[in-house]
Amino acid sequence: MRKTARNTLAATGALIIAMGSLSFTPNLASAAGASAIEEGKKIAFHRKKGNCLACHKIAGGSLEGNIGPALVNMKARYPDKAKLRVQIFDATVSNPNTIMPPFGKHKIISKSELDKVVEFIHSL
Amino acid sequence: MAQHQKDGGATMKKLLLITAAISVLSAPLVSQASPEEDLKTFRGYFMERFPSVPLEEFANGVYAIDTASREQWEAIEEFPPYEIAIDEGEELFNMPFKNGKTYASCFRNGGIGVRSDYPYYDKDKGQVETLVSAINDCRTKNGERPLKLKKGKITALSAYMAYTTRGQTIDIKIPHDQRARDAYETGKRFYYARRGQLNMSCAHCHVDHSGSKIRADLLSPALGHLSHFPVYRSKWGGLGTIHRRFAGCNKQVRALPFKAQSSQYRNLEYFLTYMSNGIPWNGPGARK
Ligand code: HEC
Ligand code: HEC
Repeated sequence: MRKTARNTLAATGALIIAMGSLSFTPNLASAAGASAIEEGKKIAFHRKKGNCLACHKIAGGSLEGNIGPALVNMKARYPDKAKLRVQIFDATVSNPNTIMPPFGKHKIISKSELDKVVEFIHSL
Repeated sequence: MAQHQKDGGATMKKLLLITAAISVLSAPLVSQASPEEDLKTFRGYFMERFPSVPLEEFANGVYAIDTASREQWEAIEEFPPYEIAIDEGEELFNMPFKNGKTYASCFRNGGIGVRSDYPYYDKDKGQVETLVSAINDCRTKNGERPLKLKKGKITALSAYMAYTTRGQTIDIKIPHDQRARDAYETGKRFYYARRGQLNMSCAHCHVDHSGSKIRADLLSPALGHLSHFPVYRSKWGGLGTIHRRFAGCNKQVRALPFKAQSSQYRNLEYFLTYMSNGIPWNGPGARK
């Protein structure tokens, strides 16, 4: 009984996602993007999640550290979003000595949280 | 400037790593890379990174480089929050055990001005002896129960003993004994090893990025880190031993801390105190 309920929920979720990706309405797409960015921001700023402000200056944040570079102009610095994802997933790929934690590799945040953080950082 | 600092950090670590690698590879051929060389590199790195800070100033931790909070800290030192602990420590120090003896019977010079003897490699015990372990050894030898290791009476006693040692210079010796060298090397490796879910080493924060801000906290240089323990921290609302601090810094990166007075922390203390040679003993201290 419970199982069925969960399956139904999962199916509904899948349907919504499928609908989202099939949607040709530009308004709807950007609305979904905006909420991913908004959620990504929350995860990035959360002290127990990304806590990116410990080291980076990011627009909208406060009490930021200065260990890493300010995160600005990200689209210009990372035209390829996948590269940005790698940097956040495991910063030791580009610099084996880096202090930056491997957020994906060490499961500091989940995959879906990481995707949202990438959306947020890429929007800066 | 930031670039220069980062390069300095990488070079520094490489140097120490190379030293370590060489000592492993060539151990059977030539003598091990010396702690003396490590010390020269380590001190040189910080003197270059903070050129306006004289060597003895590194005894003051973050306040040696943080002009913004220096004044406030100096005001605190006028009426130091650790003063009561020193008095309490003196009283405990002079209070006879049940067998009539006192702590004075266990230490050189009756225990006055001897904080500088620690840590050292104890060949009989085959491990690093720290001031805290020596205090507890004295107790058990005299039929008393050992004290808790991170705060409380142990910090009062060691605060008093640090206080009578003020003004002496840190001068830790690593003897030509393979086991002592191994203890030192193990402590060194600990310092440069990544750990915890956040994957950071002590050196990441206190060598490579010392002087930078993590959130609102300025990261203090590792040089001089052992000069002033036990320390009063406003965050703790009391005093703590150096191993309490080590555990706190391990937890920050979501690593499992080791036990106070574990061999890991003893070796770490051995390495880190040796790296502060030439700097005054100025404990107990006060920090945020
Ligand atoms: C403990 C410090 C620290 C934390 C926490 C941290 N970073 Fe970093 N980050 C750095 C440093 C230092 C660099 C510089 C490059 C290097 O070290 O390899 C960097 C580089 C970056 C870069 C590359 C910038 C560029 O211009 O190439 C991005 C993107 C980035 N970080 C994103 C993040 C995000 C997103 C988070 C949080 C989820 C985060 N960082 C958390 C220290 C940190
Ligand atoms: C994520 C960053 C970080 C890491 C990693 C880290 N520390 Fe710290 N440590 C701090 C901060 C922040 C403080 C408080 C401000 C200061 O004095 O640097 C501190 C303080 C200290 C102090 C006290 C300094 C004083 O003057 O009283 C010692 C000693 C210390 N750390 C040793 C270590 C050791 C040993 C390790 C590794 C086991 C380590 N730290 C790892 C951030 C870190």
